[in-house]
Amino acid sequence: MTAMPDQDVEMGRAPAPMPNKIRTQHVSVYYGDKCAIKDVSLDIESNRVTAFIGPSGCGKSTFLRCINRMNDTIDICRVDGSIVLDGTDIYDSKIDVVQLRARVGMVFQKPNPFPKSIYDNVAYGPRIHGLVSGRGETDDVVEASLNRAGLWDEVKDRLQDPGTSLSGGQQQRLCIARAIAVQPEVILMDEPCSALDPIATARIEELIDELRANYTIIIVTHSMQQAARVSQRTAFFHLGDLIEFGDTEQVFTNPIEQKTQDYITGRFG
Amino acid sequence: MTTLLIVVLLGLSAIAFQTGRKKALRATAGNIAPLHSLPTYYGTYVALWVGIPSLIVIGLWLAFEPQIINALLLAALPGDVRGLSPAELGLQINDIKNHAAGGITSSELSPRLQEVADYYLGLRQNGLLGMTIVAVAAGVGGLAVGWRHVTSTFRARNHVERTIRVVLIIASSIAILTTVGIVLSLLFESIRFFAQVSPIEFLFGLQWSPQTALRADQVGQSGAFGAVPIFAGTLMITIIAMAIAVPIGLFSAIYMAEYASSQFRSVIKPVLEVLAGIPTVVYGFFAALTVAPAIRGFGEGLGLSVASESALAAGLVMGIMIIPFVSSLSDDVINAVPQSLRDGSYAMGATKSETVRQVILPAALPGIVGSVLLAVSRAIGETMIVVMAAGLSANLTANPFEAVTTVTVQIVTLLTGDQEFDSAKTLAAFALGLVLFIITLGLNVVALRVVRRYREKYD
Ligand SMILES: Nc1ncnc2c1ncn2[C@@H]1O[C@H](COP(=O)(O)OP(=O)(O)O)[C@@H](O)[C@H]1O
Ligand SMILES: [Mg+2]
Repeated sequence: MTAMPDQDVEMGRAPAPMPNKIRTQHVSVYYGDKCAIKDVSLDIESNRVTAFIGPSGCGKSTFLRCINRMNDTIDICRVDGSIVLDGTDIYDSKIDVVQLRARVGMVFQKPNPFPKSIYDNVAYGPRIHGLVSGRGETDDVVEASLNRAGLWDEVKDRLQDPGTSLSGGQQQRLCIARAIAVQPEVILMDEPCSALDPIATARIEELIDELRANYTIIIVTHSMQQAARVSQRTAFFHLGDLIEFGDTEQVFTNPIEQKTQDYITGRFG
Repeated sequence: MTTLLIVVLLGLSAIAFQTGRKKALRATAGNIAPLHSLPTYYGTYVALWVGIPSLIVIGLWLAFEPQIINALLLAALPGDVRGLSPAELGLQINDIKNHAAGGITSSELSPRLQEVADYYLGLRQNGLLGMTIVAVAAGVGGLAVGWRHVTSTFRARNHVERTIRVVLIIASSIAILTTVGIVLSLLFESIRFFAQVSPIEFLFGLQWSPQTALRADQVGQSGAFGAVPIFAGTLMITIIAMAIAVPIGLFSAIYMAEYASSQFRSVIKPVLEVLAGIPTVVYGFFAALTVAPAIRGFGEGLGLSVASESALAAGLVMGIMIIPFVSSLSDDVINAVPQSLRDGSYAMGATKSETVRQVILPAALPGIVGSVLLAVSRAIGETMIVVMAAGLSANLTANPFEAVTTVTVQIVTLLTGDQEFDSAKTLAAFALGLVLFIITLGLNVVALRVVRRYREKYD
């Protein structure tokens, strides 16, 4: 893991640039004949939270899912252009998606714990990737991951309960712990709070801010307040186009494009 | 005559419908808004007034006609015939009826009885004619009554809805009552059986040879009604069938749901459904004529002694029969596992088979268990294949190459042919049926409950 925690980032001051973790160039995505993302190029900085905002249906999720090649699971989906993670093109034919997805984790809109115990949910990734051997090691990884996801104290006495027995917010943190457990470098989050109440949302936002120290995070959100609260960089999409991409502070206070202005002031979307 | 009656009544109902509708419309000068209900409700209301009274007349006729005619026939018989013993009298009456129907009689009728037969024929014809007239009259009368009710404020819709409800209630009570009736008859006949054979012997006896002697000194008077061998046979064949059907059905369901392209799916699903549509008797002769000899040949090749009718043959073919059952239910269950779980697993870097084994199957397990239990109850109740391929001898054996017999086969053999309906042999069939019913009912209840619990979780 490359980066050190970045302590300077506060609202009101432009953060110092970080090295690029991911470079995307001329990425276009098609569902059959329909173009969902048109020629998007943007760079994701390491150890930053990058937010994708935009009206629903504009292609945020589609673009996010390119980064761990989840679009491969959709038959009709085709991706053009290049996405480079730490210098290697992830769409190269030599790339193994199993390994890629171990490096790029994902958290979904609706909490989706597996029909297993809390413990086994977290141990799932390390086991399939052969990262742990033996009970003791697994225990350590599970505890560390749950700790990082801020869930350990709430579940340490009920690790064998089913993951689905937790509350919505806890389930989502369990999913984050599950993603962390394989020690990814990047975590993709697709509207991770849209199914949660405000208190659970605040918990997750705090967590995202903490996780930034160790991971590069990309979050899709429909809430502009959330984007402003948790992210350092913001990309605004509209109808498959990347309209504007810059420091969160600048995008929200002083957008360059008229469309961005209209969107964040609530004139459409 | 009956056809005519039906046509007349249908015509009458149609007329009633039209007049009711027209009258309602006329009452408001063709305007729908002031009417309480839509015009068709008025039409339906009057039509119901035609249909229901005439149906009641026909129903009463069907219920009481035989008794009335019989009583009249008896009264018309000459005195010396009436004085005969009940059995002989019954014979005479049968002769008269057969003669009237143009059938074969046991002896030539005397001229006097000939007259009675003609009288009987006349009675029946007049009765039918009378009933027709009364039914039509009831319809016409109903039309008049219904028609008079129709006014613009009359609540035709409410009456029609209530009638529909009553009709639906009657239909479902018939369904329920017949089920209850069947269960009760099973129960009562079984109780009669258990009066002759103790339940302990029936449930735990190891010897099954359902013979009862007509006379005390006959051979085979020592019937044995220990049902263990035939339940063991049922169990063995069911286990063999499940050992075939569950893996193959489940694997093909997994393939169809998770791996196959949608084009392949659209071809293979109907093919499997064809397998489910083959009549079981076809499977039966496939088992008896193809599979059983093949297994015999195969076994002899290995130096085993194989009966020409074997549990293995029947179980194998039954398993094949049940495959589409398991696969189509499991396919539905697997498809019902939310896509988000698959996404979650793939996003962790899991492969397809890891996702299937560790996420999809655990999530679908309750539903799969449910479908397997339903399949088991199908296998237990299956008759045709085992009749043809498993044999009749009630061996208590664990060797699948031997002939065994099952509960359903025994019921068939006990009840086919001429039987006295109060011998233990015949009644044993009811006791077997009762036990079978209890087992399958229990399995179905458990299966449905498991499936329902599963549904609640993901909807
Ligand atoms: N699996 C799919 N098949 C076909 N079209 C899709 C699929 N997923 C998304 N789309 C289309 O792609 C466009 C972008 O969708 P999405 O990326 O989900 O938008 P967002 O996340 O910004 O709301 C939409 O028009 C949507 O209809
Ligand atoms: Mg989306």
